[in-house]
Amino acid sequence: MNLDGETNLKLKQSLDVTSSLCDERCLQVFTAVIRCEDPNDKLYSFVGNLHYTNEVYPLSPQQILLRDSKLKNTDYVYGVVIFTGHDTKVMQNATHPRFKRSKIEKRMDKIIYILFSSLILISFVGSCFFGMETRRDLVDQKYRRWYLRPDDTTVFYDPTRASLSAFFHFLTGLMLYGYLIPISLYVSIEIVKVLQSVFINQDLRMYDRATDKPARARTSNLNEELGQVDTIFSDKTGTLTCNSMDFVKCSIAGIAYGKGETEVESALARRDWPSEGSEILSERIDSHGNAVHSGMVKGFNFRDERIMNGMWVEEPRPDLIKKFFQVLAICHTVIPEVDRDTGDLYYEAESQDEAAFVIAARKVGFEFFERKQKSISLHEVDYVRGENIVRHYELLHVLEFSSLRKRMSVIVRSEGDLLLLCKGADSVVFERLSKDGRCFEHETKNHINEYSRVGLRVMVIAYRKLGEEEYETWAEEFRKVKTSLSADRDALLDAAADRIERDLILLGATAVEDKLQEGVPRCIEKLAQAQIRIWMLTGDKLETAVNIGYACGLLRQGMKEIVITLDSPDIKVLEEQGDEEVLTKACLESISKQIREGKSQLTSAKEGATEFGLIIDGKSLNFALSKNLEDSLLNLSINCASVIFCRSSPKQKALVTRLVRLKLGKTTLSVGDGGNDVSMLQEADIGVGISGVEGLQAVMASDFAIAQFRFLERLLLVHGHWCYRRIAMMICYFFYKNIAFGFTLFWFEAYASFSGQPAYNDWDMSFYNVFFTSLPVIALGVFDQDVSACLCLKYPLLYQEGARNILFSWCRILGWMANGVGSSIIIFFCTTNVMVEQAFRRDGRVADFEVLGVTMYTCVVWAVNCQMALSINYFTWIHHFFIWSSVAFWYIFMLIYGYISPTISTTAYMVFLEAATPSLLYWLSTLLVVVSTLLPYFSYRAFQTWLQPMPHDLIQSRQQLKHSKEHTKHCES
Amino acid sequence: MGERGETSSMGGGSDGAMDSFTSAKKISKRPKYSRFTQQELPACKPILTPGWVITTFILVGVVFIPIGLASLFASQRVVEIVDRYDEDCIPSRFKDKVLGYIQDEKTNKTCMRSLIVPKLMKSPIYVYYQLSNFYQNHRRYVKSRSDKQLRSNESMWKTTNCEPEALGEDGKPIVPCGLIAWSLFNDTYKFSVNNNPLDVNKRNIAWDSDREHKFGSDVYPRNFQSGGLIGGAKLNSSIPLNEQEDLIVWMRTAALPTFRKLYGRIEVDLEANKKITVTIKNNYNTYDFGGEKHLVLSTASWIGGKNDFLGVAYLAVGGICLFLAIAFILVYVLKPRPLGDPNYLSWNRNQAGRWN
Repeated sequence: MNLDGETNLKLKQSLDVTSSLCDERCLQVFTAVIRCEDPNDKLYSFVGNLHYTNEVYPLSPQQILLRDSKLKNTDYVYGVVIFTGHDTKVMQNATHPRFKRSKIEKRMDKIIYILFSSLILISFVGSCFFGMETRRDLVDQKYRRWYLRPDDTTVFYDPTRASLSAFFHFLTGLMLYGYLIPISLYVSIEIVKVLQSVFINQDLRMYDRATDKPARARTSNLNEELGQVDTIFSDKTGTLTCNSMDFVKCSIAGIAYGKGETEVESALARRDWPSEGSEILSERIDSHGNAVHSGMVKGFNFRDERIMNGMWVEEPRPDLIKKFFQVLAICHTVIPEVDRDTGDLYYEAESQDEAAFVIAARKVGFEFFERKQKSISLHEVDYVRGENIVRHYELLHVLEFSSLRKRMSVIVRSEGDLLLLCKGADSVVFERLSKDGRCFEHETKNHINEYSRVGLRVMVIAYRKLGEEEYETWAEEFRKVKTSLSADRDALLDAAADRIERDLILLGATAVEDKLQEGVPRCIEKLAQAQIRIWMLTGDKLETAVNIGYACGLLRQGMKEIVITLDSPDIKVLEEQGDEEVLTKACLESISKQIREGKSQLTSAKEGATEFGLIIDGKSLNFALSKNLEDSLLNLSINCASVIFCRSSPKQKALVTRLVRLKLGKTTLSVGDGGNDVSMLQEADIGVGISGVEGLQAVMASDFAIAQFRFLERLLLVHGHWCYRRIAMMICYFFYKNIAFGFTLFWFEAYASFSGQPAYNDWDMSFYNVFFTSLPVIALGVFDQDVSACLCLKYPLLYQEGARNILFSWCRILGWMANGVGSSIIIFFCTTNVMVEQAFRRDGRVADFEVLGVTMYTCVVWAVNCQMALSINYFTWIHHFFIWSSVAFWYIFMLIYGYISPTISTTAYMVFLEAATPSLLYWLSTLLVVVSTLLPYFSYRAFQTWLQPMPHDLIQSRQQLKHSKEHTKHCES
Repeated sequence: MGERGETSSMGGGSDGAMDSFTSAKKISKRPKYSRFTQQELPACKPILTPGWVITTFILVGVVFIPIGLASLFASQRVVEIVDRYDEDCIPSRFKDKVLGYIQDEKTNKTCMRSLIVPKLMKSPIYVYYQLSNFYQNHRRYVKSRSDKQLRSNESMWKTTNCEPEALGEDGKPIVPCGLIAWSLFNDTYKFSVNNNPLDVNKRNIAWDSDREHKFGSDVYPRNFQSGGLIGGAKLNSSIPLNEQEDLIVWMRTAALPTFRKLYGRIEVDLEANKKITVTIKNNYNTYDFGGEKHLVLSTASWIGGKNDFLGVAYLAVGGICLFLAIAFILVYVLKPRPLGDPNYLSWNRNQAGRWN
């Protein structure tokens, strides 16, 4: 398991004292005691000792294998299990998965409560009236409504026990008005969401050819949440970047080589030509991208005919070029491996940039092919003689890379020469150059600045010839330090190394691109246009993170950086003193001071157009996430355009996610690809896993899985937007249709002395949510599109409709409910006034209970289905079919149901065919009622679209305008 | 796909190329292309452009106003005489003890009314009785019947829901059972013009389906109104139920507490200003619950009886639509706005600060 998000090899070693134990028999007699810290979640530290034969051996992370580690280059190891199960560091870093529900559904629950209360309220009102009426039926032995026989009745209608009757009526009322609670809504929503997920899974534009992976919606209940994302937390490695380093440029002896264009350069170029240049540029990226993909070696994107194919010998300083690449080929910790099947050579490297160096050296002609304990072997080109030779280098010392030293050196002996080869960060190497080794310093520095401006990782290459004597004295000293057992051994070693890494001669600098995934800067730009905050959380170093920040457009030129870090000298001093309490206090103080400063910077720049980028490292984050600082941290971060957290542990990622989710209450989305992102994915409202190379852990913990980061754009802006809109509309409409129906029952009750008699036939009522209104609303939920996919992408601002929850605001919900109540009033009062009392047909017959019920029901079915037709924006044949067949089915149902024998059809027998159809009044009242119920919504929409158009209204009309061939061509091509 | 070829990075490309690619690879997880799954079905996208809005409003107005006028005209043509008689038919000496009067079987309940025909009434003239405040739609009342019993003689004993009018004092079932039948309306009307009796045709006043399928020809009234409490009319026990049309009409319960029921038809024309004398047997007790009784004579047109509501409603809706059309035109003129200008995207400007 790659807890830090890196798949590279990590060197693990046993203690010297135990390294002799290599079979079962030895282990049998081996007895030792390990004392160690309690289980904790810190991945990069381990404190413990091995007590063995009265000696104490310190244990460091080097000796610890984390759970789920994979062995490479070793067949087996013997070990002691220190923590198991929940005590392991991996599990300590895991947060409990939450049960995720979308915000819309949570709000829907609230609406259901409201409806339930109103159900209880109207039932209560009904029973009060019923109770009063019933009580009045028998006063002083006088019957009022004698035809109900109040003297000889059941408890349900007993005037002498009117309160009890009222109570029972209350229960009847709950059943009768139960239509207010749209139980079928839950079923419909489930169906719709599953179908929406199918669309996400089937989207060809989210299918990755390279990995043969389509997008996967792993849960269906968060679809609409995709349309409401406010903040995105993104992992870096494997998510924004491909986790592969490309050697793109170098500067040797003051001359810059390498013509490949990096993502950042293209991004920069794009900014130089705003808008109209984007077409050209997208082509450029494409050609560039193709070039990379067309069979070049991974890790190498260097193109320069001056160097390649052995042409470097023609350059002004071939000797330096040779040295340069020799350093690249020798100074590293890479292990070469031969593929058993193909015989190809490939490299296993602890860090990807080292691999890139070795590959580059190999491409130029210095092929590193063997590493032994004490030597390194290369195939080399001898430029003087122009032939291939094998050369062995005796490896004397490796002075390893550490974040403190920021450089790595090897000391080798080759053909009698003693050489110290060094590569390292520009800041440390330049100060170690000898006086005569600085001849290209100026040019190299210029190049380095140029490289880092375009987001490349720069390493400076230098070497030094060592005198035999000097080396001997130093080596002796170094050996002594190395074998000493004092606590500050590391510091002493560094100091010793420092003594030999001096007077270097500058060779040049390399520039490696941490390759971004395809389309990342564009995707980030689009998401930024959609006003989604994007925060990068990475386990990487600060410099790397900042570089990538620039590369993918999170940080931009001209953006002011606020860096919060604990790398200040006074903190370091405290660290060395080792007083925990003082250190913590100092750290807290330093962090809060930095946050305050950042804020004051922000406020002072409020007027100006300066944007701020906030960069925090993991150690500082530890303190900044403490209770009293987290608010100010959050405050600072949300006011910055971009935020980058580097060196953060999985737990910290999750904590940041939780902080934003809980404190801001906005929807958060996490993107990640590795096991280290699992807790972040679970903590966020939506977890999106990149199903890349890092295994399935992130995908298994995610809610959506995509193959490439850039698909996020389509997932959010298109699918998210659509799903949000669909579900929001669907729920609103569902409430509308059930309220419109339920309230007609209530109005009728008011005219039936609240006795609990439903206005409609029982079967008609039961089928309301099943046959007459269910399919259109599902069609709405599955197919509706306010604007086409290409316009969704073209106007990312449209996304804010979801992020601001405009379509599911309380106003809108209550508006729809009011519309439902209004419709029910229109339906009930119009039909009753039209149909009742006088004859409703030419033959003088009057409308009875059943006829009125059928008329009202017809109006309800028409009204809710037409309302649906009015409120959707996207009519396919499916919509037409569902809507009109629902209406048609009502008539067919009445025909059939009314035609079968009265034993089954009971009160509905022949009502439609015999009584209603021949009556013109029946048809006219339907028309009148339907038009009047639609009128309020229609006029509201007409005026609102014109006076206060919503974003999608604008874009729709634009779409309409451009609905000419030109536009459609764009969308289809 | 995206605009302006921006999607080149989106793995799109031409579908043909992708197809050839996948066909080479046998088992591909690549989703199959169909317009359905890609959500690209051909669709019409109605948009509320001013043109459409105005056209719709005007269209509705133009259609509705003529319908409204026609309905109103049809309703106006209907001649209707409504006479409330419940109060006037109580003799003055019984004014204080109405209930005693109406419940006493021995009192003379005959009552004479005279009606003036306001306009020529073409036959058929429908005779209705109209009751108000009578809850025929009360749950207890509606349920208090046995359709099975009404339909066939064998189901005589099926008197569920009929309580307390299920079994007579002899323990045998009441046919027809239940409160509805028990409370059958029993006022009768006799009409005469200039002492010439006017025939009231009481045939064929019920629905055919009721007569033929719901009320059996072999079911005869039995034990009806024989108990201690007499509700309403008695039935001739020698006539099968399917011929007792008054009962059939009554048993089609009314929707609202104020309702009319067809009593019969007068099949001669009545001249204007003719004086009709009605002899009413005022038997039915609506006084307990304060219900009114009306006698209604009405002709019918294509919309049925006299009811201005439909016409007025159509006119109103049509009028509102025309008004809205004008209002919208005014808005359109006063607040013009270019269609589809994305610069109007509302939070474009408000939120300029956060991202570029």
